[in-house]
Amino acid sequence: MNTIEVPALARVEGEGGLYIGLKDGKAVEIRLDIYEPPRFFEGFLVGRYLQEVPDITARICGICPVAYQMSSVAALEKALEAEISPQVYALRRLMYCGEYIESHALHVYLLQAPDLLGQPSALDLAAIAPQVVKDALRMKKIGNAILKGIGGRSVHPVNACVGGFYRWPEAAPLKALLPELEWGLEAAQATVKWAVTLPYPELELDYEFVALHHPQEYAVMNGEVWSSKGSQLSVSEFETRYLEEHVKHSNALHGYTKDGGHYLVGPLARLALNHAQLLPAAQKALADNQIKLPITNPYKSLIARAVELVQAYEEAIQIVKAYAPNGPAHLELKLKAGEGSGASEAPRGLLYHRYKIDAQGLVQFAKIVPPTAQNLPRIEQDLLALVPQIVAMPQEQATLTAEHLVRSYDPCISCATHFLKLKIENRE
Amino acid sequence: MTLTPKTQQKPKVAVYKFSSCDGCQLSLLNLEDELLDLAAAVDISYFLEATRTVKPGPYDVGIVEGSITTPHEAERIKEVRQQCKFLIALGTCATAGGIQALRNFASAGEYAKTVYAHPEYLEYLETSTSIPENVPVDLVIWGCPVNKNMALEAIAALLQNRRPRFPPSPVCLECKRNGTICVVVSQGIPCLGPVVHGGCGALCPASGRGCYGCFGPSSVANFNALVQGMQPRDRYPNETATLLRSFSSAAPAFKTAAELAYKLGANPASAHGGKETL
Repeated sequence: MNTIEVPALARVEGEGGLYIGLKDGKAVEIRLDIYEPPRFFEGFLVGRYLQEVPDITARICGICPVAYQMSSVAALEKALEAEISPQVYALRRLMYCGEYIESHALHVYLLQAPDLLGQPSALDLAAIAPQVVKDALRMKKIGNAILKGIGGRSVHPVNACVGGFYRWPEAAPLKALLPELEWGLEAAQATVKWAVTLPYPELELDYEFVALHHPQEYAVMNGEVWSSKGSQLSVSEFETRYLEEHVKHSNALHGYTKDGGHYLVGPLARLALNHAQLLPAAQKALADNQIKLPITNPYKSLIARAVELVQAYEEAIQIVKAYAPNGPAHLELKLKAGEGSGASEAPRGLLYHRYKIDAQGLVQFAKIVPPTAQNLPRIEQDLLALVPQIVAMPQEQATLTAEHLVRSYDPCISCATHFLKLKIENRE
Repeated sequence: MTLTPKTQQKPKVAVYKFSSCDGCQLSLLNLEDELLDLAAAVDISYFLEATRTVKPGPYDVGIVEGSITTPHEAERIKEVRQQCKFLIALGTCATAGGIQALRNFASAGEYAKTVYAHPEYLEYLETSTSIPENVPVDLVIWGCPVNKNMALEAIAALLQNRRPRFPPSPVCLECKRNGTICVVVSQGIPCLGPVVHGGCGALCPASGRGCYGCFGPSSVANFNALVQGMQPRDRYPNETATLLRSFSSAAPAFKTAAELAYKLGANPASAHGGKETL
């Protein structure tokens, strides 16, 4: 095979490039180049008042702003030793359900499914299967409606703050979503049934899965950092095992474990570690469709996202039904100097924040570890494992298969992107 | 310009990303009820977040998200301008440099050292600049993120060969229209509503907090009066100043107003006075 170049990898969030160097039919170098311009969030958070942090960090990612808001408020509440009320916690979970629905429906149908159905985009898919795309957009819209109902808008919602919410959202507009949520739950169940029938490329890998884990609930904003290799750490101990490296070809840092291993965060990891905590409809979706866990084929993370769509709709219905706000929407904060870390499960995986604040509530130090940065070295390893299949393929198919692998991670290159450029170079 | 040429060809639309969070492009994909009709009315020729299909330019309409922060982007935007007959700057990064323009008030090199172990691996410019500061632009749409209906209105207006109708008044009047009780008057909370472009629907005051200016400076406003009215209400050090120096910090009117607010904040007579925490 000679050099293959794809000018742009589409349907990902952000800009990057892919380089595969071959010699004698074997990969000698694989690099996922991240060109997404650096924006220096951790630099300009310093000196800002703590209530500005969730609004600023939301701007790291327009697709998962809630994840950034939730990890930052968790870390800052820890620094202040502030305990939020169960009602605030439930409403934050509901926001997260909205974000999972919006983000997963987008990825499953608009970003990844076109690869499995041989189409360049969901818009092309709409020409041959209009109902599939219409239903997908309707599913996605429900997630955005939840976010709008709580935070005024779906991208960079405005209501979350350290200590809770600025104001309780009105109950009536949220309750009015129930018929659509019930429809969405059925649509999500149908999505799982459809997802298991799709023609995924074959690739089985030995992953170290890392995710938050909580004994009583499918962990999104609560619990410990668990690894499938047995490590169980509190969030405050995260940095003792999970490290970051700045490599030359990437404006995103690369994550690795302290013993030098690569690990995987995201829907496959969550499902592997936390399937016992799924709600009944999501459990049933696993059983009815004979989904064996753990899933170790990265292309099949679409199936895991579909199961999480069922979970998110099911949980959203529960929370909306129970929603009856009373008492203060947020704590009166008692400022003090301190340090705190917080983590939550963004749709793409574990998102860790740590802050130091002074006695006036001004940020002195900020550290943010996004999920895609942790997954980048893992994606490179997956591509390495894929190479023997690629070299035997015609060029167009090889290119698509490699691109599809990267897309299946739902990489958020804004949290790292420009375009992903695929270049396979023969060094013979 | 008109997008309804004598031939029946659909206008070719290209969507580009520069330094940004993707949120404004996502707002286009969030037009769930209109997306398929929109895709039928125009020829989406380049939109990497949505499709692998790349049709060659020139394009009738270019929609640009993001600001210019690297040497590569500074070159690329010139090519984009050449390719597009009508160019729209979409969102506050494109119209004012965005949150990443905070580097303009500090040293980007210092920031790089804070975040990266090897700043020498990075290529970046000392400032984040808007699209109109780099190339001529035909229409700007403010918002962090944009109101998706304003983006839709812009495209619809082009298709109908008319001017887009955008909300004419600042956030403050949107509150009045919505019947939202003023957070400044009733709770003493600093709010940028009087000087900020309308379009969001005054979401923040409706949530019981002050406007933080993500839709950028209104073209008709008295910024000095705003600063003098709000700064004495600051509940934490430099609250009014940092509200101005956030998402639209590099917009000239906000830049000057923030300088005044910092100056007033440095005066002990008007400094932070042990009010309730937020």
